[in-house]
Amino acid sequence: MAQPNNFGFGEEAALLKESARKFFSEHFGADRLHALVAAEHDPERVPACQWDRELWQQMVDLGWTLLAVPESAGGVGMPVAAVAGLVEEVGRAAFPCPLLSTLATTYVLGACGEAGSEAMAEIAEGQAATLVLANRQGDQRPGDTEVEYRDGALYGSGWFVQELGKVDRLLVCARHSGGLGLYWVDKSARGVSCHADSIVDLTRDQGHVDFQGAAATAVADNALPALDRAMPAVWSLLAADMVGAGEWLLQTTVEYVNTRKQFDHTLGFFQAVKHPLVNVMIQIDEAKSLVYNAACACDTEVEKAAQYAHMAKASASDMAAFASSRAVQYHGGIGFTWEGYVHLYFKRQKHSQMLWGDARWHRAQLADLLLGSAA
Amino acid sequence: MSEDARKDTPEQAEFRAWCRQWLAENSPAEPPVRLPQTPLEIMTREQLDYLQAWQKAAYEAGLVGCDYPVEVGGGGRKDCQRVANEEMQAARTPFFPNVIGLGMAAPTVFYHAQEAVKQELLPKLFSGEEIWCQGFSEPGAGSDLASVQTFAEKRGDKWIINGHKVWTSLAHFAEWMIILLRTDKSHKYDGLSYFVVPIRAALGKGVTVRPLIKITGETGFNEVIFDNLEVDDRYRLDELGKGWQVAMTTLLHERGAGELKTPQAGGMKNRSAHTISASAVMDLAKNIQREGRAASADPLLRDRLMALLIREQGFRQNQRRQRVQALLDHPMRLPLQHKLVISELAQDLASLAVDVEGMGSTLYLADDKAPAGGQWPLSYLNSYGMTIAAGTSEIQRNILGERVLGMPKSK
Ligand SMILES: Cc1cc2nc3c(=O)[nH]c(=O)nc-3n(C[C@H](O)[C@H](O)[C@H](O)COP(=O)(O)OP(=O)(O)OC[C@H]3O[C@@H](n4cnc5c(N)ncnc54)[C@H](O)[C@@H]3O)c2cc1C
Repeated sequence: MAQPNNFGFGEEAALLKESARKFFSEHFGADRLHALVAAEHDPERVPACQWDRELWQQMVDLGWTLLAVPESAGGVGMPVAAVAGLVEEVGRAAFPCPLLSTLATTYVLGACGEAGSEAMAEIAEGQAATLVLANRQGDQRPGDTEVEYRDGALYGSGWFVQELGKVDRLLVCARHSGGLGLYWVDKSARGVSCHADSIVDLTRDQGHVDFQGAAATAVADNALPALDRAMPAVWSLLAADMVGAGEWLLQTTVEYVNTRKQFDHTLGFFQAVKHPLVNVMIQIDEAKSLVYNAACACDTEVEKAAQYAHMAKASASDMAAFASSRAVQYHGGIGFTWEGYVHLYFKRQKHSQMLWGDARWHRAQLADLLLGSAA
Repeated sequence: MSEDARKDTPEQAEFRAWCRQWLAENSPAEPPVRLPQTPLEIMTREQLDYLQAWQKAAYEAGLVGCDYPVEVGGGGRKDCQRVANEEMQAARTPFFPNVIGLGMAAPTVFYHAQEAVKQELLPKLFSGEEIWCQGFSEPGAGSDLASVQTFAEKRGDKWIINGHKVWTSLAHFAEWMIILLRTDKSHKYDGLSYFVVPIRAALGKGVTVRPLIKITGETGFNEVIFDNLEVDDRYRLDELGKGWQVAMTTLLHERGAGELKTPQAGGMKNRSAHTISASAVMDLAKNIQREGRAASADPLLRDRLMALLIREQGFRQNQRRQRVQALLDHPMRLPLQHKLVISELAQDLASLAVDVEGMGSTLYLADDKAPAGGQWPLSYLNSYGMTIAAGTSEIQRNILGERVLGMPKSK
C-alpha cells in the first residue's frame, strides 16, 4: 500500500483543524487554563480534577468524539491524519479533557471487530472512555496487566489510568484462563473503585482503579492483535498533542525573547538564546512531519504503521523535553513561577513524554523491528 | 505503481517513462578510475572526462535542465527536473561534475543575465562541457560575505578585476566563474556587483589558480588570484550595485530553498561512491563484529542508529509536508532548514558509522583491511565541508532565527 501524498490531510481535515484552533482561542486562552487548573499551588495538595465540562460538552456536540468511530457504527470515520490535526490543537491549548483517552479507546474497540460494536455505540452516544493497561510500575505491554477476568467479572488493579476522573467507561486489558482479553466496564458499576493519583501535570488527571468483582463485557478474547493494530494510532495522536503544545511553547517563548530587553537588546539578539530556539523549531517540524506520516500510515500503510508511530512518538518525546526546558530557561525568573503559564505546558509535556512509552522505549521497539532483537 | 509515479501530471508521467527507458538502455559504464564521494573532490582529468561524458549524454537525452526554456538550451518542461532526478537516483547513475554550474550559476544567470548571455552560456553549462565555479569567499570575507574586497574598475566598456578569492571549488577545471565583486568602496552592500567571468581562457594572463589541499588529503578547492583581468560589461548580471541581491538568488538555490530544482543524479553503486544514509550505517553495523557480536546488537549503538534513522525520516517527511499547505506555518520555515538539517544529519551519520567501526575506523583508503574501503572516515572528515560551506550551520541558525522567528540580526 502507498500513502497519499498529502498524508490524507484533505480539505475537511484542514477545516476541522482550523475550527478547533478557533474554538480554543475563543473559549480557552492560557489565562483561562491557568485560572482553571492552577488555583491551588500546594505541592501536597489533594488531587483534584479541574476541567470545564461545559466546553467538553460542546466538543462532544461538535462531534469530535465521533471522529474515530466508523460511519457504520454511527460515527464520522475521519482519517487518522485529520484526527491528529484536531489533537494538535487540543495540545496547543493544553485543554484538560478526555478526548485523547476516548479516541484511543475508540481505536482499540475499532480493532476488536463486531465484539466491540456495543461499546463503540456508547462512545457514539457521548460517553467518554479510557484504557486500563499498565501495571504499578507503569509498564504497558499487554502482558503487564495486573487485572484478572473470571466468571464475567474483573479483579485486581489497573494503574496510571489517564483522565480517570473525567471518563464514564473503561476498556481494561485483563488476564483470563486462556490468555489476555479486553473488557468493557462502566466506571460507576459495583466493584469498581477509583483513586486519583497526585500528579505533577495540572492539565490532566490520572488514577488507579481497583476491581473487586466488577461485572464486565468481553470485547476481545485475544487483546494482542487489537492492541497491535490500534496502538500506532494512539502513539501518533499523543505525539500530535505534544507537537501542538511544543508549538505553543516555541511561539510564546519567541514572543517573550523578542520583547524583553537586556543589555540594550531584545533577548533574541543573543545567539545563546536564538540558536537553541531555532533548534526547538527544527525538532518540532521533524516531529510534526513524522506524526502526519504515522497517522497516514494507520489508514493507508498499515504494515508500516507501528514503525512510523514509534518514530513519531520518540521524536515528539525528545522534542517535548527540549522545547519545555528552553521555554522555562529563556523566560528567566518569570518562567520559574507558578503565576506564569509556561509551567502548565512544561508539566503537560513531561507527562506526555513518559506516557505510552518514552523515546528510549520507542527506539528500542523500532530497533527490534528493523535490526532484529538484540537479545 | 511507485509512490513517485502516482502523483505525476500527464506530462511528468510521459517524461518519467522516457527517463526510465533511456536510463535502462544507456546505463553508463563502470568508471575507469576511483571516483571521489562528491563532485567537489574531482582531482584528475580521467575522473572529469568520465563524468563529463555522462553529463553530456544525460543532457542530450533531455534529463538535465528540463524545466528551463528551450531558447536557453533547456527542455521547456514543467516541474520535470524532479522526475528526472528521481529516476536517475533510482538508476544509481554517477553524479554530475558541473554541480556549481547546475545548482548555482544556472539559476543566477537565468534570472539576472541578458538574454544573449543566457543563450551563450547555459547550453554548455547544462551539457557539462563548460565547468563553472563560484568566487564568493575571500581571505577576509567568509561568513561576512558582503565584506568582499576583490575590486572591479571600469575602463571604457571593460572591467578590470584585481583581488583574491579562496576555497573556490572546481576552479582548477572551470571555464567560468560566478563572482561577487566590489565596485564601490564607500558602500558595503550597495557597493557590490555580480559578474560571470571566463577564467580558463585567462589562465596565466590575469588569472592564477592554485590548489588547496583539504582535511582529507584530497584537492578540489583552490585559491584564485586576479591580476588585471579584463572582462566585458555584457557579463555583468543585473545592475551595478545590485550584486548582493543577485547573490541571494545564488545562495537560496545553493541551500536547496530556491525555485528552480537542481539536476541531481545519484551516487553510483560501486566501491568508490558510497551513500550516506541511515540504512547504509545499519548495514555496516550488521556486518561489523565488536566483542564477539554484531555492532547492531549493542544497545547504545542501536539507540543512536534509531535516533538518526528517525531524523532522516523526519527530513524526508518535511519535504513531503512542504507541499501540503494546510500543515505549514511560515512559508520559509521548512525551505530554510533544508541545508542545515541535511548537512548535520550527514555529519552525525558519518560520525556514528565511525563509532560503529571502532578501531577499524583508524584505517584509511589505501589499507585493504579498512572496513568499507575506508570510506566512512573519509565521509566523516568531508562532512565538515558541508556544515561549513554554503553558509555555516551557525549562519543558517542566524537566518532561521531572523527570517522565520523574527529575532533581531545578530552581529
Ligand atoms: C568544502 C568547501 C568548499 C567550498 N567551496 C566554496 C566555493 O566554491 N566558493 C566559495 O566562494 N566559497 C567556498 N567555500 C567557502 C565557504 O563558503 C566559507 O568557508 C564559509 O562561508 C565560512 O567562511 P570562513 O571559512 O571564512 O569562516 P568564518 O566566517 O571565519 O567562520 C569561522 C567560524 O565562526 C563562525 N561564525 C562566523 N560568523 C558568525 C556569526 N555571525 N555568528 C556565529 N558564528 C559565526 C562560523 O560559523 C564558523 O564556525 C567552501 C568551503 C568549504 C569548506
